[in-house]
Amino acid sequence: MSNIQCDIVSAESAIFKGEANMVVASGIEGELGITAQHTPLITQLKPGEIRVIQADGTEEHFYVSGGILEVQPSLVSVLADTAVRADDIDEAAAIKAKEEAERLLKDNNKKQDLAMVQADLAKALAQISAVAKLKKNLKR
Amino acid sequence: MAVGSEIVTKIKSVKSTRKVTTALEMVSASKIKKAQDQMQASRPYARKVRQIIGHLAEATPEYKHPFLHESNADRVGYIVISTDRGLCGGLNSGLFKKCVGHMQEWQDKGSAVDVVTIGNKAASFFKNVDVNLKANISSLGDNPELIKLIGVVKVMLDAFEAGELSHLYLVYNDFINTMTQKPLVDQLLPLPADDSVVARKDNWDYLYEPSAKDVLDHLITRYIESLVFQGVLENLASEHAARMVAMKSASDNASDLIKDLQLVYNKARQAAITQEISEIVGGAAAV
Repeated sequence: MSNIQCDIVSAESAIFKGEANMVVASGIEGELGITAQHTPLITQLKPGEIRVIQADGTEEHFYVSGGILEVQPSLVSVLADTAVRADDIDEAAAIKAKEEAERLLKDNNKKQDLAMVQADLAKALAQISAVAKLKKNLKR
Repeated sequence: MAVGSEIVTKIKSVKSTRKVTTALEMVSASKIKKAQDQMQASRPYARKVRQIIGHLAEATPEYKHPFLHESNADRVGYIVISTDRGLCGGLNSGLFKKCVGHMQEWQDKGSAVDVVTIGNKAASFFKNVDVNLKANISSLGDNPELIKLIGVVKVMLDAFEAGELSHLYLVYNDFINTMTQKPLVDQLLPLPADDSVVARKDNWDYLYEPSAKDVLDHLITRYIESLVFQGVLENLASEHAARMVAMKSASDNASDLIKDLQLVYNKARQAAITQEISEIVGGAAAV
């Protein structure tokens, strides 16, 4: 039986790449065992184990906390999430980030408008480049 | 002999400053490599997601995700990625200048500007600027994790989904090489049309579990997150590169300064000796 190429990647790193005889994963609607010539499929993954049975019979195990599994006739790709994700956890993170901004804003009411800030920045950058030029001239 | 003791103290202090700047330079030099590796490691994910989204968008033309088209809201959003610490030359100033210029254009057109910041420098900069700072996350460190970015990204994605924003931009320093970093303002949403996805001739389609729409929703969010994460990594590599260059020039300046001071010190010492000798000779002649 021919083998299937298997890629497991997460946003932070490439986890596994190699030939497999079969890939077993827990999809959102049930367990899946994928071999070569499987029909194209995309499914969301439940948190769980992914087993890669390699061509020589050895098994590799990976834990994923969710993600997407894409199947093409000669290729299986797993886009793994790096952490357990749930709407309420995400929501909590969003609220925390907002609070952080409110805390920052608390103790100052004065706001400069964009044009002014832009002028200040241009000045600062000009100073930096002037110093660099001056230094160059001094060396000569 | 107490000649020029102030100069000696000064030389000592400049020397110890040089030690610090050299150390910082070496630390950054070693971290660049790691940051670059991380950048490489996270690329396959974004590429893969991009492919699938391209495919999905084609396969399900009847479903239009809100992230794929422009709303006519009068606000624009920015996710600004800066460093947490300074001592990296004009890196942040250059970025803010580019970003503020971009914002100004929108304000001139009558749009309000919403900002979320990643990194201390951006936070302390934008809290004093006439924009609406919505969320912030700082102190990601040298090993940024995607999970820490979820909050700030979600704030903006929710706003876009609710039709409050017409555009969403990502602002960061693109790492080109150690000497060059380029401030960039990239459009995140609506997702720009991708030319790299070639229209396929054959008519196969995926089986979707649970449904094409769910999968697409899930993927697009992940995709935006991975782009922001990639931006954070690019910016991190840029930070280290810029710091290395800034510290190198600081060390060079310190060396120049030491050389000059040493010269002044030697001259002073020589003058003192000459004076002493002439005093002795003068004294001997008088006897």
